[in-house]
Amino acid sequence: MPLVLIILLPLTGACLPALLQGRSSRLLASVSALPALFCLLLLLSWLPHVMQDGAAVVQRLSWLPSLGLDASFRLDGLGLLFALLITGVGCLILLYARYYFEGSEATARFFTLLLLFMAAMLGIVLSENLLFMLVFWELTSLTSFLLIGYHTDDHAARLGARMSLVITGGGGLALLAGIMLLGQAAGSYELSIILEAGEHIRASEHYGLMLNLILLGAFTKSAQFPFHLWLPHAMTAPTPVSAYLHSATMVKAGLFLLARLHPALADTTLWFYLVTLTGMLTLMVGAFVAMFMHDMKGLLAYSTVSHLGLIMLLLGLGTPMALAAALFHLVCHALFKAPLFMMAGYVDHATGSRDMRHINGMWRFMPALMVLSGVASAAMAGLPLMSGYLSKKMLFNESLLVVIPEWATVVIPAWVALAALFSVAYSIRIFHNVFFNGRPIDLPIWPPAPPRLAALSPIMLPVLATLLVGLAPQPIYMALVHPAFAASRQIAVAPYDFTALDGRLPMLMSLFALAGGALFYHWRTPLFRLHCRLPMVDAKEIFDWLMRRATALAQQRVFQLENGSLQRYLAFILATLVVLVGLQLRDVPRWDGGVALAPLDPLTLLAAILLCLTSLGVVVYHHHRLPALLLLGVTGLFVTVTFARFSAPDLALTQLMVEVMAVVIMMLALSFLPQTSPRGSTRLRMGRDLTIAGLMGLGVAAFSFAILTRPQQTISDFFLANSVPGGGGSNVVNVILVDFRGFDTLGEITVLGIAAVAVFAFTRDLHLKARVVDTNPTHWVAEPYPIMLGAVARLVLPVALLVSAYIFLRGHNQPGGGFIAGLITAVALTLQYMAGGLVWAQARMPTAFRPMIGAGVLIASFTGLGSWLFGFPFLTSAHGHLHLPLIGEFELATAMLFDLGVYATVVGATLLILANLGKLMTVAGPGKEIG
Amino acid sequence: MELLYAITLGVLTSCGTYLLLRARTFTVILGLTLLSHAVNLYLFASGRLVAGAPAIIGIADTMADPLPQALVLTAIVIGFAMTAFVVVLALKAAVELRNDHVDGENPDEDRT
Repeated sequence: MPLVLIILLPLTGACLPALLQGRSSRLLASVSALPALFCLLLLLSWLPHVMQDGAAVVQRLSWLPSLGLDASFRLDGLGLLFALLITGVGCLILLYARYYFEGSEATARFFTLLLLFMAAMLGIVLSENLLFMLVFWELTSLTSFLLIGYHTDDHAARLGARMSLVITGGGGLALLAGIMLLGQAAGSYELSIILEAGEHIRASEHYGLMLNLILLGAFTKSAQFPFHLWLPHAMTAPTPVSAYLHSATMVKAGLFLLARLHPALADTTLWFYLVTLTGMLTLMVGAFVAMFMHDMKGLLAYSTVSHLGLIMLLLGLGTPMALAAALFHLVCHALFKAPLFMMAGYVDHATGSRDMRHINGMWRFMPALMVLSGVASAAMAGLPLMSGYLSKKMLFNESLLVVIPEWATVVIPAWVALAALFSVAYSIRIFHNVFFNGRPIDLPIWPPAPPRLAALSPIMLPVLATLLVGLAPQPIYMALVHPAFAASRQIAVAPYDFTALDGRLPMLMSLFALAGGALFYHWRTPLFRLHCRLPMVDAKEIFDWLMRRATALAQQRVFQLENGSLQRYLAFILATLVVLVGLQLRDVPRWDGGVALAPLDPLTLLAAILLCLTSLGVVVYHHHRLPALLLLGVTGLFVTVTFARFSAPDLALTQLMVEVMAVVIMMLALSFLPQTSPRGSTRLRMGRDLTIAGLMGLGVAAFSFAILTRPQQTISDFFLANSVPGGGGSNVVNVILVDFRGFDTLGEITVLGIAAVAVFAFTRDLHLKARVVDTNPTHWVAEPYPIMLGAVARLVLPVALLVSAYIFLRGHNQPGGGFIAGLITAVALTLQYMAGGLVWAQARMPTAFRPMIGAGVLIASFTGLGSWLFGFPFLTSAHGHLHLPLIGEFELATAMLFDLGVYATVVGATLLILANLGKLMTVAGPGKEIG
Repeated sequence: MELLYAITLGVLTSCGTYLLLRARTFTVILGLTLLSHAVNLYLFASGRLVAGAPAIIGIADTMADPLPQALVLTAIVIGFAMTAFVVVLALKAAVELRNDHVDGENPDEDRT
C-alpha cells in the first residue's frame, strides 16, 4: 500500500468541510473525521509489520531528481508511533470539536485547517527526504498560524498568531540552513543515507554550526526556553487547537526531529550541553511559571512547555535508555494533557471564565468531568499506578545514570526532582482549584451548564488509555514505544526493563516530589503573595520590543536604499557593476592581446573624432534639447559610417533608416515636452555620475580593445560554407537571418510587433493637454507643410517603393532584405506624413497597420511550419531558380517568403508607432485610432 | 585602428551612461540611444574590424564575420522599437504626472 495515501487522505479530505460551508458543526465534524479515521486504520494495519521486524519501509516518487529532491516516504517504528499519535489524537479532537463548536457558526474553515494540519504533520513524520520533510514542517507553522488566529476579529489572537509564526517560521529558516549543511556533509538528503553516515557527519567541519541551526529549528518548534514564549500566547486559539497542535502534536515535531536525527547528530559533548541544558531550563521555567498561573489554559500551556523540556532533557542525556524514556513520556503526556485541555474548554464554555480564582467547586455541577480530570491530573502529577508515575520514575532513573560530566551526577537528579515537585503542585492546583476549593465567585455564566455525557467521550478514551498504560506498561511499551526506540537508535536495543524502576532512589525522589508538591500547594497563599512581589518580567514585551526594533531598523535601511528615486537605483546598479567587474578585471595581465593592429587612415580618424565630438556634444548640450537631438542624429550617422567602413553594408543600411525614424519620433515627442532641461544637479552628484560614467567608458574601452587584439575564434565558417549550398543565398548575413537563425528572427519580429502594439495601446487614451509652448518660436518653421517638401515627397514615393522592392528581392544575395526594405518603405511613407500632414496622408494610404503586423508574423510562422508538410524540421528552407523575363535569373527561396513576413512586420510596426505618435499632434487631439 | 575604435566605444558609453543618470526623461532617452549605439558597436566588434570584405560570397577571398552582423541587425531594429516605446512612456508620464522628472515628482530638484 502506498504510504503517500496516508498523507493524501487528510489532504484531500480537507476539501470536504470546505465544500459543506455553512452546515452544522456536527455534520462537518463527522465528515472530517472520516479521512482521519481511515488514516488511523491504515496506520494500524502497518503495526504488525513494524512490531515484527521494524525494518523501515521506504517508497519513492521521483520529483526533482536534479536537485536531489524526491517525494520519498519512510515508515518505521518512530514514524508510526508519531503518526498514530497524530491521527489518534486527531480523531478525538474532531469528536471533541463536534461538541465544542455546537451552536456556533462558520466552522468549515476550522475543520479544513485541522485536516490540512494533520496532513502536514503526517508528512513530517513519514518523509524520507529531509528537504521534503521541511516543506511539511513549514506547512505546520502556517496552519498553526491560521488556527491560532482563527478568531480573526480578536486582536490578541492575531498577535499570538503572528508571534508564533515569527518564532517557528524563523526557526524553520534556521532548520533549512542546518539541513542543507547536513545534506552536504552526508552527501544526500535521504534519511537512510544520513542515518548511516553519523560518524562522518559528526566529524565534518561544519558539525557545530549544523547542529546549532538544526537545534534552533527544533527548539523553536518545540517551545524550548527562550523560544517558549509563543506557546502560551497561542492559547488564544480555540481549545481543540490548543489540545491538538499545542500540546499533543505540533510542539512535538521538534522532539521528533531530534529523535529522528539522533543516530546522525547525537551523543557528542556539544549535543549533550545544548540539548540537556536547554531541556533543563525549559523544564524548570515552565513548571515554575505554570505553578503561579491563574488562567487554566495558561497553566496547561506552561506545563506543556515544562514537559517538552523534560523530554528534550532526556533526548540530550545520552544514557542508553534515555530515548526510550523520552518516547514513553511523550506518549503519556499526549494522553493526559489532551483531556485536561478538553476539560478546560468545557469549563470555559460552561462558566464563561478561565480564571481559577473564580472557578471553584465545579464538582457539584460536573461530577463526571471531575472524575475524568482527576485521573488525568493524577497522571500528570505522577501518582502511583498512573502512566505519569512510570515515566517520571524512568526520568529519575536515567538522571541518576549520568556519569559525565561530574557536576551533572548531582545537579541533574536534584534539578528534575525539584521540577517534579512543581509539576505535582500545579497538577493538584488545576484539579483542586477547578473542582473544589469552595464555591464559585462571580462567574459570568450562572448556573454553569454542564456538558452532556456524550460530550465527555473524547475525554474518556484517552483517560482510559492513560489508566491502561499505568496498569500494563510492558505490553504497550513493546507494541508502540519499543519499535520507535529501536528505529531512533538504529541499532539493536534491548527493551526497557520496567523492573529496574523499583530502585530505592527513584522511589525516594518520587515521594519527595509528591510530598513536596502537596505541601507547596498547601502553603500556596503565602507563596502566591511572595510571587506577586517578584519583579515581573514580561517576555512578551521584550519580544514586542525586539519586533518593533527589527521592523524599524529594516524600514530605515530600506528607506535609505530605496527612496523612490530611479536615478539613485540606476546609479547603485551601475556602480555595483563597475565595482564587481572592476575587481575581476584588476588581475588581467595584458590588455593588448598581441594581434597586429590595423593601420590607421586619416579619414577613419576624422570620422571617429567627429563621432566622439558629437556624442560629447549631446552631453554638453543636453539642457537644450533640440540641438542635442540633432547632434544625436549626427552621432547615429557616424555609427552608420562605421558599419559601412568595416564591411557591414546591411548594418549600415539598417542603421541609416532607423536613425531617420528614431529622430523623427523623438522630434514628435519633443514638441510635447519642455524644450530645456533645468540644471538641477548638485556638483557632488555630477561628480558621482561622471565618475560612474567615466569608469564604465574606461571599462568598455579596455574590454573591447582586449577583444579586438585577440585572435578570433568564430563559428561563422559553417555559415560561410553553407550559405549558398544550404540557404540558396550569397548574402550570408541575410541567410543567417532568414534561414540559419530564422527562429530567432521570428522571435524578434514578434517582439517588434508587440512593442508597436504597446505604443498603440499607450497613445490610444493619451490626452495631451496642450502642446508645450515654445519660448523660442524660431525653432519651428512657420509653414506646417512646406510646398517644396510636399512636391518632392510625392515624386520620391514611387521611386522609394521601387528601391525598396529591389532591395527586398536582391536581399538574399546582395546587401538588403526584409528588414532594410521594410524600413525604406516606412521612411518613404513617413515622408508623406511629414510633407502632407496626418489627415492628408491617412486618406491616401491603407492604415491597417495592426493587421499588417499580424499578417507578417503569421506569414513568417507559416513559412516555417510549411517545411513540416514535407517532413523537414521547422523553418527548413527550399530554394530553386526562376527565370524572369528582362530581369534575368533569380534564385528564389522559401526564405524569401519568410523575409516577406519580416518586411510586413517592420513596415506595419514602424508606421503604427509613427502614425499614433503623430496623431497626438493633430489639432483634433486623439480622435479616431489609427492602425 | 583597434585602439581608436575602443576609445570611441568608451566615449559613447560614458556619454550614454552620464545622460542615463540625469533626472529628465528626454535626456534619459538620449542616453539610452547613445548607449545602444555603443552596445551595437561592441557586439559588432566581436567579429573584429575587417575593411572591404562584406560577408557576401563571391566578392572577396576574406569575409567579415557575418554572425555578429546578423545579431546586431535585429538589435538595431528592436532597439528602435524600444526607443519608440520609451518615448511614448515618457509622454504618458509627462501627461499624467505633469512633469518630466524620471521619478515623477520633485520636478525642480535632484535628490541625492
